[in-house]
Amino acid sequence: MALDKIGIAKRIAQELKDRYFVNLGIGIPTLVANYIPQGIDVEFQSENGVLGMGPFPFEGEEDADIINAGKQTITTLPGASFFDSALSFGMIRGQHVDLTILGAMEVSENGDIANWKIPGKMVKGMGGAMDLVASAENIIVAMMHVNKAGQSKILKKCSLPLTGVGCVKKVVTELAVLEVTPKGFKLLERAPGVTVEHIIASTEATLIIEGDIPEMIID
Amino acid sequence: MINKKVENVQVALEGVENGMTIMLGGFGLCGIPENSIAELVKKETTGLTCISNNAGVDDFGLGLLLQKRQIKKMISSYVGENAEFERQMLSGELDVELIPQGTLAERCRAAQAGIPAFFTPAGYGTEVAEGKEVREFNGKMHIMELAFNADFAIVKAWKGDTAGNLIFKGTARNFNPCMSGAAKITVAEVEELVEAGTLDPNQIHIPGIFVQRIFQGSKYEKRIEQRTVRNR
Repeated sequence: MALDKIGIAKRIAQELKDRYFVNLGIGIPTLVANYIPQGIDVEFQSENGVLGMGPFPFEGEEDADIINAGKQTITTLPGASFFDSALSFGMIRGQHVDLTILGAMEVSENGDIANWKIPGKMVKGMGGAMDLVASAENIIVAMMHVNKAGQSKILKKCSLPLTGVGCVKKVVTELAVLEVTPKGFKLLERAPGVTVEHIIASTEATLIIEGDIPEMIID
Repeated sequence: MINKKVENVQVALEGVENGMTIMLGGFGLCGIPENSIAELVKKETTGLTCISNNAGVDDFGLGLLLQKRQIKKMISSYVGENAEFERQMLSGELDVELIPQGTLAERCRAAQAGIPAFFTPAGYGTEVAEGKEVREFNGKMHIMELAFNADFAIVKAWKGDTAGNLIFKGTARNFNPCMSGAAKITVAEVEELVEAGTLDPNQIHIPGIFVQRIFQGSKYEKRIEQRTVRNR
């Protein structure tokens, strides 16, 4: 069965490593913070100027001056700090942040990502995504494998305006975990109960498939 | 001590004229100069170019200026929360330049720090790079971005003193420090304005040299865009 958004977040959470500083994008990536593996320490950075982001506040304790990049009210954890936008992107551009997890509309087999604009239709802007993908060493994309019309979003070449080139390292979808290699997408894992054939049929890009493809282990 | 205090928002915004370029601090509705925006609506200044990370929501923040068609051009990184903005942009009434958020912050900081241009990897290989100089440093491609050139910077701080020193709170800091001193005239509005000498010099985020006019805002609504809570 294909994963839901929480399943995708849980699988991506397995990529978190001890002492990682992590930037989470809006949407599914935000959910990853709820499933940090036991026994490791990570800190979440939000590009609007906070490191050491905590959970949402209890009702009545919301502070309009403490929000995340999705403009949601948040709290901070012990050791947290606030800073201005230039310093925040200095952290990102300077590669002090270890892992970036963000959403995408399309990803291509050379690691290009498109997630900020549908010409003539949707123009919201790139926010911090272009800075993040141009600079982060490790970028994991959380996305749906196919769009509502059933068309693949895992492509040979992106059709939408790009956010960044050759930057994505891994993609986790409701169907599969894919790694971007110099030769293209390599199928690493499949969602529980989803067949390799189903994944191939849902993918426009060519997949590199070596041996048996294990199922993801999701708690 | 050089006194930067002005009596009210009207005096603070003297000299803001039609067609000017204005930087405004804030991220979403967090840390926006509410009192100055309300005054710009009242002044009916038009043809403005606004440099601000976002464009407010339909009925608050810069959305108020958009409603009155006072903005000719927006330079922002993300404008997703504003239906009127999207309508004006898609119809061509509003000129919009979307730029990466880190580039936006650094173009402010560069203007503040007297750096005319800089290279960043953000936007390389995308339409943001079109027409810009590209250079390779350490095996990685970068594009050249220019410092902003604005007439006014309008910032919002938590506390300030009559010398123009500023202290910010939480994530309401965001672009406000980067924009302080990044334009010909910087206006700071603060929630609490105290006499010089009251604030601890160790705790100042922005020194008063970057601020020409400071006033205490008469009221702050501090609207929350996405109220998210957890269960006890």
